[in-house]
Amino acid sequence: MSLLAVRDLSARYGDFQALFGVSLEAAEGELVAVIGANGAGKSTLLRALAGAIPSSRGAVELGGRSVSGLPAETLVGLGMVLVPEGRKIFPSLTVEENLQVGAYRGRPGPWTLERVHALFPVLRERRAEPGTNLSGGEQQMLAIGRGLMANPRLLLVDEISLGLAPLVIRRLYEVLDAIRAEGTTLVVVEQDVSQVLAVAQRVYCLRKGAVSLEGVPAQLGRAQIAAAYFGT
Amino acid sequence: MAWLDTVVQGVLLGGLYALFATGLSLIFGVMRLVNLAHGDFSILAAFLAVVAVGASGLNPLLSLVVVAPLMAVLGYGLQWLVLDRLLGRGVLPAVLVTFGFSVIIQNGLLETFSADSRRLNPGGIETASLPLGGGLAVGWFPLLTFVVAVALLGGLQLLIGRTAIGRAFRATSDDGGTAALMGIDTRRVHGLAMALSLAIVAVAGIFLGIRTTFTFSSGPDRLLFAFEAVIIGGLGSLWGTLVGGVILGVAQTVGAKLSPGWGVLAGHLVFLAVLLLRPAGLFAPSRRVDT
Amino acid sequence: MKPLEIQRTTTASRVGAALAALLMAALVALPWVGDAGMMRMAVEFTALLVLAQMWNLLAGYAGLISIGQQAYVGLGGYALIVLADDLGVNPFVAVPLAGLVAAAFALPTATVVFRFRGGYFAVGTWAVAEVYRLLAANTDALGRGTGRTLKAVFPLARETRELGTYALALGVGLAALAAVYVYLRSRQGLGLMAVRDSEPASESLGVDVFRTKLLVYVMVAFGTGTTGALIYLNLLRISPDAAFSINWTAYTIFIVVIGGLGTLEGPIVGTVVFFLLRETLADHGAWYMILLGALAVVAMLRFPQGLWGLVAERWDIRFFPVQRRVRITK
Repeated sequence: MSLLAVRDLSARYGDFQALFGVSLEAAEGELVAVIGANGAGKSTLLRALAGAIPSSRGAVELGGRSVSGLPAETLVGLGMVLVPEGRKIFPSLTVEENLQVGAYRGRPGPWTLERVHALFPVLRERRAEPGTNLSGGEQQMLAIGRGLMANPRLLLVDEISLGLAPLVIRRLYEVLDAIRAEGTTLVVVEQDVSQVLAVAQRVYCLRKGAVSLEGVPAQLGRAQIAAAYFGT
Repeated sequence: MAWLDTVVQGVLLGGLYALFATGLSLIFGVMRLVNLAHGDFSILAAFLAVVAVGASGLNPLLSLVVVAPLMAVLGYGLQWLVLDRLLGRGVLPAVLVTFGFSVIIQNGLLETFSADSRRLNPGGIETASLPLGGGLAVGWFPLLTFVVAVALLGGLQLLIGRTAIGRAFRATSDDGGTAALMGIDTRRVHGLAMALSLAIVAVAGIFLGIRTTFTFSSGPDRLLFAFEAVIIGGLGSLWGTLVGGVILGVAQTVGAKLSPGWGVLAGHLVFLAVLLLRPAGLFAPSRRVDT
Repeated sequence: MKPLEIQRTTTASRVGAALAALLMAALVALPWVGDAGMMRMAVEFTALLVLAQMWNLLAGYAGLISIGQQAYVGLGGYALIVLADDLGVNPFVAVPLAGLVAAAFALPTATVVFRFRGGYFAVGTWAVAEVYRLLAANTDALGRGTGRTLKAVFPLARETRELGTYALALGVGLAALAAVYVYLRSRQGLGLMAVRDSEPASESLGVDVFRTKLLVYVMVAFGTGTTGALIYLNLLRISPDAAFSINWTAYTIFIVVIGGLGTLEGPIVGTVVFFLLRETLADHGAWYMILLGALAVVAMLRFPQGLWGLVAERWDIRFFPVQRRVRITK
């Protein structure tokens, strides 16, 4: 059963069109990877799904219910949560408060401060510091933790590997896989293809705002992916 | 001894100025909006109190119970219907629209209440004084004003620092787009901030109206003093605003004692001096100095 | 033949020039055709128009939203009195000199207010205007709260004074319009519009942002001060509360917003609308200001480009074009 069904999604920034009729699906409990080069429209796709691009057009269904055109804050209440590109930690809030604000909508579910602390112990150690005091990798953990505090049905994760060391990235992907195993569905946008394909059940490749390849990672060859990625 | 008395009066006056400044600094912090009609709203509240007192014979301090919520609703409504559309469109629309509000309120008050000066009478408390020993006495009412100001500031600080809505305010102030991704309805947050701002400025307006006479055109000066208190204390710091208000109050009372016409001017000059010497204000947190 | 051509005039602008010439002829004829009352109103009209053009230059082109320009109206007015009455300068000559005095005050004022940005810049300019007002109200030589009367014109016959004021007003109005037009069409003007649109971008292209803004601020102070002197040459009586009144800003803002910010034609349209409203609502006191305020609010919300902006967009007319169009000739 598809938790997320997207049909013909288009989005523009002013005069510039970034997405051209993208369609994708994510089944409950899946981790779907969206890969593509810089500027392919991956972040735009997630932002449009999360309600951050009001001008986007297309049909989006969450759990069989249409959520097209709903504003971001409403979508969080329905269980669609975005971990944004660049972390976007609130500088005026402490680590703890950043986590607490993730739970603003008060959606019931398994994720609590204690569970997030268990997942990322550094967040308990540095709970009283301003959120932006953390290192890049720690901020990414905070951003993911903040997203989890909203108890999402569907977690959209945008480019977590930017600027991080490979070891840190690998650890983060282990966490994402663990989150998936607990029942959350994930759509993960990523430039670092190998890391994400190791944990994804399905992959979409975007090129110039349109889907250039779709399939199960194990069944796709490297050359095939490279061709879809770069457009050769 | 006379000087000490002047300074004490200035400090207490500073409490009133801090009340005016708090509302201004709150909405600027949350929305980057400067409300040029801020002072006029406080005078509007004072006139509403005049009406409430006239209709019911209530003590003006009690009329706050009616006037403050009314002003809060007005603030929420104005933000929701008009001001929110202007955010993100640059500085000019917000400046012009709030300036337009200022013109409308002042002239509306003029039409409704004429140019007569008014005063709210709380039945004697405003003239009673409390002896502090050593020949020094403070007025009950200025002391009450100061205490109320500190209490409101403290309450606001608690609200912003310890509650979910406070976190929402701060998150929205940092990054409205990401705040929405947390599930925060930023439009509602803006409305609440404006409601709170006008409620606080209503308190300030009524306390002002008890302390001194006021007319339809008394608003702009309140805005200026509020602005000066915020700048002296430093943008982004609530307690800094209190100190800023106190410094302004003392400058004015001392200046007035030196020469009657120079009170307000002395305040302006101190403000300019702080601006030239320490543009970030005296207590600004290092993070944000600029619009 | 070059493949691209920069076009700076259009049919509309030639029509506009013709209309302007007609209007000039009418204005020159007015003293013989009309009465003193009409001449006084023409002076008022010119004064408000120039104030609006000045504010428009500052806000619409330089991006400096000031609500303290009344400081320079007052400074110009008081400078006129001091120059003409105390220093014996010919009152008509004193008008532009008063503008220079205002410009001189603008330099230190700028060092203070330029420390602010955006909404706080606006309040800062207002605070400074208040300081000037209070200084004037507390200075004996300036008549304190009651103000002063311009006595230097008493020796002149009334008709001479009125004609002289009228001619001066026309001259000031024309000069101001021409100066703004020429400036905006110049390289500096292009730099200014770049600064308005994006400071970092223009800086990276070599535009000295601070100097550009300072220059405009001082020039506008000159224009505003000269107009202030003109106003009080017309009114003959000055007091701090009137000269430094926020109403000067209120009227100017209304005129520019209703007429069209960032265009040269806008303030002209706005001033016409302002005067029409004033004459029609003259007996209704404060309701007139309420309507002004409400209209400005609505304009800002619904048609921020102003009345002229609506017309210009619809029919692509610009009487005073300040853009450069790139035409592809092949």
